[in-house]
Amino acid sequence: MIRPLEHIVIPSGLIALGGLLGWSLFLAITGETGDRLAEIALARVPDSGVSNPVTSVLLNFRAYDTLLELAVLLTALLGIWSLGAAGPGFQKAASVLEGMVAGFVPLLILSAGYMLWVGAYAPGGAFQAGALLGAAGVMLALAGHRNAGLPSEDRLRPLVALGVFVFAITGVLLAVVGGGFLTYPAGLAKWLILIIETAATLSIGATLAAAYLGGRPAPEHATRESA
Amino acid sequence: MIDALPLAVTLPLIGALAVTVWPAHARGLGLAGALITAVSALTVTTEVWSRGALRADLGGWGAPLGIALEADGLSAAFLAMANLVALAVSVYAGGYFKRETARHFWPLWLLLWSALNGLFLAADLFNLYVTLELLGLSAAALGALTGTREAVAANLRYLLVGLLGSMSYLLGVALVYAAYGVLDIGLVAEAVEPGPVAWTAMTLMIGGLILKAALFPMHFWLPPAHANAPAPVSAALSALVVKAAFYLALRLWLDVFAPVLGEAAANLLGILGAGAVVWGSWRALRAERLKLLAAYSTVAQMGYLFIAFPLLAATPPGLARENLLAAVVLLALTHGFAKAGLFLAAGMVQKTAGHDRIDELGGAAQALPAATFAIGLAGVALIGLPPSGTFLAKWMMLEQAMILGLWWWLVVMMVGTLLAAAYIFRVLSRAFNREPTPYRFVNDASTELPALLLGLIATFGLGIAAQPLWRLLEQGAFG
Amino acid sequence: MTSHVLGTQLLYGGSGILLVLLGLWSFLVHAPLLRKLIAINVMGAGVFHLLVAIAYRGIDTPPDPVPHALVLTGIVVAVSATALALAFGKRLDRDGD
Repeated sequence: MIRPLEHIVIPSGLIALGGLLGWSLFLAITGETGDRLAEIALARVPDSGVSNPVTSVLLNFRAYDTLLELAVLLTALLGIWSLGAAGPGFQKAASVLEGMVAGFVPLLILSAGYMLWVGAYAPGGAFQAGALLGAAGVMLALAGHRNAGLPSEDRLRPLVALGVFVFAITGVLLAVVGGGFLTYPAGLAKWLILIIETAATLSIGATLAAAYLGGRPAPEHATRESA
Repeated sequence: MIDALPLAVTLPLIGALAVTVWPAHARGLGLAGALITAVSALTVTTEVWSRGALRADLGGWGAPLGIALEADGLSAAFLAMANLVALAVSVYAGGYFKRETARHFWPLWLLLWSALNGLFLAADLFNLYVTLELLGLSAAALGALTGTREAVAANLRYLLVGLLGSMSYLLGVALVYAAYGVLDIGLVAEAVEPGPVAWTAMTLMIGGLILKAALFPMHFWLPPAHANAPAPVSAALSALVVKAAFYLALRLWLDVFAPVLGEAAANLLGILGAGAVVWGSWRALRAERLKLLAAYSTVAQMGYLFIAFPLLAATPPGLARENLLAAVVLLALTHGFAKAGLFLAAGMVQKTAGHDRIDELGGAAQALPAATFAIGLAGVALIGLPPSGTFLAKWMMLEQAMILGLWWWLVVMMVGTLLAAAYIFRVLSRAFNREPTPYRFVNDASTELPALLLGLIATFGLGIAAQPLWRLLEQGAFG
Repeated sequence: MTSHVLGTQLLYGGSGILLVLLGLWSFLVHAPLLRKLIAINVMGAGVFHLLVAIAYRGIDTPPDPVPHALVLTGIVVAVSATALALAFGKRLDRDGD
């Protein structure tokens, strides 16, 4: 049976929309856009404190976007926590999986540290590193570690807030000492970016793992019972 | 002196972190954060008032490479309204939420506040996308705080619709960057030329925003989401969050896509607005619950704001257009105060009566004279009776519609006003029923006074003292 | 810009638009909220695809870092929104039992 909305109206509307979008894209790309912001951004990379252009944009030129983006991540976690406690979690892994997890988790943490450091001059950075840490947490949760290796809620709260906190406070302090909000002084940029990225990595990793649990982590004593 | 612009965004963010880390002191820390935030934002408005438009280049790079924050008269006006309403909501929330809910409310609330201030001050199209998402996520999470199945389902729908709107907006931004190679609003405005690219980008961006502003017929998500949220959250969602999407649509319309516009697009928005006025008012009249009535009334009031687009498009630049624009802003601001006051008072009634079914309100409303008075004041402003700001604004819009010969908009606004009078009086007539005269006017100061104050501002403050708004709006155009 | 760069940008940008349309179709047609959420993510992937495509400037020229950074930011935002929506859905499922 043909349902007019689903089989005729929506598909033909979408085809028309696709034509319009494709045409606009063609005109946009073939127009007189030149290099867009590429040359301007690449020319300023040496002043940004890091040599990886994408990290320069994320942590320096458009650092304010990144600050708000960390706030979005925190908002999602706080929203998840407001919905209730985490479920009972997965059953305890047998020895083969447990052994594999015991090998992989340290490797993931090590790779996260590498990603964080390499982000200054090659693809990498806080988000990739944080994602690796989050993956380590997910792996632990899947293997039956009820809190995904995360600390108790009291200590987890400062950990997930750390990234935004260091970022925002750095911004405000730089404004107080006179440079302007998030305006890194020359020479200090590299170290400030490293400090912010380290804090962000820890927060992102913890937030992703905590979000995977799907609710507020169980209190400490409950964890021990299940372990 | 430290730049006030980034502080208005960063201070609520830091406040949110403080309540995240010390949830046991959520209420005290949250109220302190609310106060500091409101002071910093109102500082921005007074600075704009006395010194003209402000701009802060974050990171010191400047456009086009860096991101800037900007405040002109339009953003300063919305910023002031949002922060005053948010402060009143905070005081109300301090007494409303029990300990367990308070620890979830305060961090999300301050994050929402940060997103609002960030949105009003942003001067970068992609940064606006991030603030829109921060706003959408925190609003949906707050709306579900009651934890009932209806609230969670309604807010999941709201979240998904909001995400669809953001995606549409982001696709528009990607097209703008592909075509013009810049993201700063001022620079995009300089580069935009009429043509299919600009037209498609505008449709995608404004289309996404009207989904978030709940313009008829994309309003279906709003009534359940707003009516099932806790009262202070409903107040913020209805008064501020949908208003932020409208603000951004107006901003893009005026500052970025002005050369692209045809009257056809403006008329389409106006027709949808007219549909919203009639349908929203009708559903408000038929609503059985007070909060549902208030939510449908929001759908209708958003409609009036979009009727302004065809009027603005038809009015040639000059004093008449400036007056019309100021009238639209006045309408939006008055609705912000009035609707927040209405929701806060409704929440008080609901809490006392244990329900908000309009037909059975009788005694409960009368036992709370201050709350009922606040509903009355907010009602005056929603209908548009003198001396409210709505009266002045609608009067100017009607006058302009007459001058332009666009009488059909006039008919729509009249019908909407009559229906508004009907639904407000329906509530008030139930509120003054039986029951002996109450002893005390104010029963619970921290929850009733904010509602009353908001009603007073909407009816008297913005009506009689609307003149400063005109001066504020003269403060520098964007860019 | 050479025709090679233009062709590549159009090919990958066009694929991005295709993904957006597929996602939008799925969002409009399917009622279950989980499918709508997946649809939104497909749309997001399409928009990111488009941004990465316009960053391309040829094999020997470094790409435009700005769209790359926008995509990284967008991905984190999309992950956050997805996580929150999934938690909402899980809560509804649990209440439904």
